[in-house]
Amino acid sequence: MHLAPLPSLAKQPSADHLLHRLHQLQEHHRYIPAETLAPLAAELGLPISQIEAVIDFYNFFHRTPRGCFDILFSNCTSCGDLALMQQLCELLDVQPGVTRADGKVSIDQTSCVGMCDQGAAALVNGRTLTKLTTEQLPQLTALVNTATPLDAWPVGWFSVQDNIRHAGLLINDALPAGAGLRAVLQTDADQLLAEIKQSGLRGRGGAGFNTALKWQLCRAADAPEHYVVCNADEGEPGTFKDRVLLTSFAQQVFEGMALCAYVINARHGFLYLRGEYRYLLPSLEATLAEMHATNLLGENILKQPGFDFDISIVLGAGAYICGEESSLLESLEQKRGVARVRPPFPVTHGYRGQSTVVDNVETLLAATHIAVHGGQWFRDHGTAQSAGTKILSVSGDCTAPGIYEFPFGISLQTLLETCGGLDAQAVQVGGPSGTLVSREEFGRKLAFEDLATGGSIMVYGAQRDLLAVVRNFTHFFAHESCGFCTPCRVGTPLLRKYIDKIAAGHGTAYDREEMVRLGKLVKRRSHCGLGQTAANPLLDLLEKFPQVCSERLLHQDYEPFFNLDAALATTRDLTHRDDAEAHLS
Amino acid sequence: MSHTLFIDGLEIPFAPGQTIMDAALAAGIYIPHLCHKPGLTPHGSCKLCTVDVDGRSAAACTLPATAGMKVDNHTPALQEVRKTLVQMLFVEGNHLCPTCSKTGDCTLQALGYHFGMLDGHFPPFYPLREIDASHPDIVLDRDRCVLCELCVRASREQDGKNVFAIGGRGAASHLIVNSPSGKLGDSDLTLDDAAAHICPVGAILPKNHGHEIPIGRRTFDLHSVTEADVAHVGLQKTEHHDE
Repeated sequence: MHLAPLPSLAKQPSADHLLHRLHQLQEHHRYIPAETLAPLAAELGLPISQIEAVIDFYNFFHRTPRGCFDILFSNCTSCGDLALMQQLCELLDVQPGVTRADGKVSIDQTSCVGMCDQGAAALVNGRTLTKLTTEQLPQLTALVNTATPLDAWPVGWFSVQDNIRHAGLLINDALPAGAGLRAVLQTDADQLLAEIKQSGLRGRGGAGFNTALKWQLCRAADAPEHYVVCNADEGEPGTFKDRVLLTSFAQQVFEGMALCAYVINARHGFLYLRGEYRYLLPSLEATLAEMHATNLLGENILKQPGFDFDISIVLGAGAYICGEESSLLESLEQKRGVARVRPPFPVTHGYRGQSTVVDNVETLLAATHIAVHGGQWFRDHGTAQSAGTKILSVSGDCTAPGIYEFPFGISLQTLLETCGGLDAQAVQVGGPSGTLVSREEFGRKLAFEDLATGGSIMVYGAQRDLLAVVRNFTHFFAHESCGFCTPCRVGTPLLRKYIDKIAAGHGTAYDREEMVRLGKLVKRRSHCGLGQTAANPLLDLLEKFPQVCSERLLHQDYEPFFNLDAALATTRDLTHRDDAEAHLS
Repeated sequence: MSHTLFIDGLEIPFAPGQTIMDAALAAGIYIPHLCHKPGLTPHGSCKLCTVDVDGRSAAACTLPATAGMKVDNHTPALQEVRKTLVQMLFVEGNHLCPTCSKTGDCTLQALGYHFGMLDGHFPPFYPLREIDASHPDIVLDRDRCVLCELCVRASREQDGKNVFAIGGRGAASHLIVNSPSGKLGDSDLTLDDAAAHICPVGAILPKNHGHEIPIGRRTFDLHSVTEADVAHVGLQKTEHHDE
């Protein structure tokens, strides 16, 4: 068995999308050479500054050469292991972030790669490595040093499991292809909209907007074109349910897009796939081709005159912010993923200013099931305000990490019993942007009205250092801030400075208070959801686990940020000294 | 339905389509702002015009006014937020007022005075940013850039060019120039462009006019930022300022 090479993006239908062209250049040259910018700008009819701006915005594009093997270790608290990264750096004699002099290898870290149920994980030239262990590092080192192509690496290293542990309404049965479309075409779009409304379906990305209302607003919007976009930019650390849905239920997800298109009169749709899931492209393209062949996509779908709908896949390039719907639309429009000013909302002014529905992968899958089984079938599950089931990505310190589908309203306690996580001292519900929940609150329910979640459940056992966890999240947000608004662009790096200072044992009670003041400002005054949630982990930690922070504080009024010993690091480096005499204390 | 809203309890009229900022400026009410300039598409990024609208935080320059809206503007809590935001802008860049020829004409500096800011308060970032002196008439000093995108918008919307853009992400966001070399000298920016004069800080400055107006007689030496920005004082801004 061989590892199939990554598909060339040049063969994709949307090959001329700027992101795809940059992926190709990055792949070919291992960076994007300056001399390629002007020709590319001319070819695509874009300003050269737009190309430059985009390259520098997305993590997977570089202006200087990366190694022939570019290895990116996840730094997520569930699928990351930076100790492994350090070990590999030593074995390969390379500094993190610095390409080895012979150009063969570069190693760096990256945000969560969505393999939290099968870490430690890394990407090598865009391919996902799972279940990495110390034991395999010597072999990996040899493969890199001998320049062995990836398709000759042990194929098992790249295997990704679904790990479905508990199925419910949606991932229980694979519907026959076209079941949703056939059911709807026997009635009409009004009837489907009525069923979706009856189902009480709310957006599964976490925000929980009423799906029927969104579709209805888009349908009613007076715009020449209507679009449906599937948000598969699943970047919230700890979330990997969309990975599984797109692996095993992609056909029903695409069908959900077609159903939405039928309601809102869209002729074109996009699946915006996070760059980390690039390995899914071949199977997704195959599914689309199959759907074309069976007239579930294309012109006059299922012989319905005038029902034309097509889907293109656009691949992201490492930017968490693009999971925010208006940033995603900017990215689709070949720009930096900066959140738009709202109002107007995408339903009236979305992709290219046209009326657009942006829905989560899971929402669209649910729509297909509702089309087949009816709205009441879905409504009968869950709670009054949170109908149906939720597909949860459970990871961290539990015996059975993986996918769990439960009706909304299930208590965290029940979930922890099922996944073998009863040892937990805390659970991060909804990922870093969600809520840190302490043991005393495990009776709380997973539902929009209590603990809302896009599906990320990260379990932290008794041995975990929660300050390290929250510090990890704080670094994550500072790294992923788009930089548009002052509170988030400046505030998230400042929060990082404060928590680093406290974690290093240099913080005072004053620093903690300033961190809280700043955190509240960032939360309340930022432009979009990223900034508005970036301080949540910190604020939750200080409220629910105050001792975790206070036990590291200095008992003095003030300690400057400036640290003379740390400032001498460059000098030590230049003089190749790191002995005791080269340190101040 | 009458077209009025309330700012700090004062009822003021608005025309449909106006933002809170438009209505406030028309009524002579000052809402602090840095990235906003009447005539250019509102941006909403600096957040200095942050107000509370019926209890929710919003940027006054982008939120459309609606009838009966209750806007909190000049409250101690909001002034504190805005002061903190100005401090954040100061520590993010390299702002050395005494050596900057924009001093006295700089809106960021004027806002600092307006809010009674005495220091940067937060640990400075000391970013490494490039200076571009390649243009014969105009210098681009990114150390002072606050990423307000006034130059980006002025070039596109008023000059009919596209000289500037923002590149990068997060704290590494930076002003870039739309030319093959990325240098200002290779762009089509000219001294009579609005974009060459709109910078509210000292990031884009005309060359050879450094100290024509002595310190002490510059815009904000003579007027507060409130007077200058409500703009009903018939103010003649000095050479480098954003008029």
